[in-house]
Amino acid sequence: MAVRKGSTLVLETTPRVISYGAVGSKKESEGPLAAGFDQLFPDSTLGEETWEKAECRLQKEAIRIAMEKGKVEPEQLHCLFAGDLLNQCTSSIYGLREVGAPFVGLYGACSTMAESLVMASLFLEGGFGEKAAAITSSHFCSAERQFRFPLEYGGQRTPTSQWTVTGSGAVILGKEIRGVKVCGVTIGRIRDMGVTDANNMGAAMAPAAADTLERFFGDTGRKPAEFDLIATGDLGKVGSDLLLEVLEKDGWSLSGRHNDCGLMIYDRERQQVEAGGSGCGCSASVLCAHILPALERGELKNVLFVATGALMSTTVVQQGESIPGIAHLVWLAADPA
Amino acid sequence: MSLTPKDYDRMTKEASPGTKSWRNIPLAFLIGGLICTLGQGLTQWYLSMGMAKDEAAAWTSVTLVGLSALLTGLRVYDNIAKFGGAGTLVPITGFANAVVSPAIEFKSEGLVLGLGAKMFIIAGPVIVYGITAAAVYGLILFVMGGY
Amino acid sequence: MLPYLKAFLVGGAFCALGQVFIDYTKLTPARILVAYVVSGVVLGGLGIYQPIIDFAGAGATVPLTGFGALLAKGTREALVEKGLLGALSGGFTAAAAGIAAAVVFGFLVALVCRSGDKG
Repeated sequence: MAVRKGSTLVLETTPRVISYGAVGSKKESEGPLAAGFDQLFPDSTLGEETWEKAECRLQKEAIRIAMEKGKVEPEQLHCLFAGDLLNQCTSSIYGLREVGAPFVGLYGACSTMAESLVMASLFLEGGFGEKAAAITSSHFCSAERQFRFPLEYGGQRTPTSQWTVTGSGAVILGKEIRGVKVCGVTIGRIRDMGVTDANNMGAAMAPAAADTLERFFGDTGRKPAEFDLIATGDLGKVGSDLLLEVLEKDGWSLSGRHNDCGLMIYDRERQQVEAGGSGCGCSASVLCAHILPALERGELKNVLFVATGALMSTTVVQQGESIPGIAHLVWLAADPA
Repeated sequence: MSLTPKDYDRMTKEASPGTKSWRNIPLAFLIGGLICTLGQGLTQWYLSMGMAKDEAAAWTSVTLVGLSALLTGLRVYDNIAKFGGAGTLVPITGFANAVVSPAIEFKSEGLVLGLGAKMFIIAGPVIVYGITAAAVYGLILFVMGGY
Repeated sequence: MLPYLKAFLVGGAFCALGQVFIDYTKLTPARILVAYVVSGVVLGGLGIYQPIIDFAGAGATVPLTGFGALLAKGTREALVEKGLLGALSGGFTAAAAGIAAAVVFGFLVALVCRSGDKG
């Protein structure tokens, strides 16, 4: 059973990554991580009639690819943990409707990939199943429709805004003896520093990321320098700067090991994404297209994957509420063999 | 974490890059000015056809609205707006774009509850406050008399 | 050429002012549009806007302030003609062509087009 250290759970059985799938669309195909994706759809409609259907397809394809790569049958999946940004977890429910495995829908905004990995890892660690999957997605167009403006509405993006990734990532974990390990998890706390600007999500999420990282290092006694990569998940430029600043104030340095999924997936200079990428599909696809492959190849040995979410309700933000943030941490390590 | 929201607000302001006003404001001037110049051209044209001033102005609005609707449908208007900012927002073409874009976007939820009902989600307030202000003005004139 | 230049300069100035509001205040675009229309009603009502229209033509009628001024003008004229009922109906009547054009064109365009991905 997992050992609790403070609020971090150090896993004893260390669930392993059996397989994973990353899918994206056009803008992702023009980004620096394009080569790592399993599938890139040049047309972001994916041939579907609506943007919601297109996003469902992303999840459907991601889990299909992961199952094929790992030769996993639906009945072997003892639970799916999935979520997305749309109301009622639309993309997960309709995208995974046909898989036929037990399903848990999660909402953690853009932190959902780490949240679902945490849940899947603990599900296996607790001995409740042999294999479980974590899947999330986002789609620029469905997110714009729900959270901002119609796509054809003419508006300018503020420099602090972020570009929702059109993509999905699916990871299948199992109680195998080989493969990338999940060594531990730290479940995030809801942090709210009073940010009310819905165009500055990075700022809303950075305190949560700092809180989770500080708790992890405090709980485990590990040092940031022991990790090859500390990947926060879609803080973007503004949020990343703020994270490092907050940590520095509290006496922590990430020793140059920090990078952010929102900064990795696009080339900010070239791709007009303002502060960087965002969305559940951002950290999910960066994990599955870049981090996990690098761990498998041994290029990375020890990684903290800290997906961050802005738990924003458009309704209460209009009522004047601030935007709470959350960050869940998953500690991943390469198979030593 | 010992941070107070007030400290953090200050840090956020420092970390957040400002808008590029040196570029945005001249562009808004240029593109907005050009739209109005086009409007002037249309007005002159309608006047040359022998229309009265008010009629020419109304036809100018209708033409600009139609053009904007077309450009919105062709997925062009938002690309102009990326550069034009308020230059594409403030003219009546911006109002038309605000009406047409949700109509297109929410058609997927049906012709009645989608297209029909959502058409004014952005531009609605303009009508609400414009008409209300005009009615208040009318009432004031009525009470004061002497109109 | 002069009418065009005047339209360009005055219309451009209305838009540049809008950009100042976007860049330097917390006002969202929707609020700016509302502010412009209401300002147009007020300026039109006070008789300040008509001279700007006389000077700049489309430079003053095309921005939404012109829409507001048109509402005020329609209200005043209808009030003279029909009394209190005119105060209520005049604004809408004056603005009817523009609004109906947006609705009708919007409907037709939306029937044919769908939104596209950006970026």
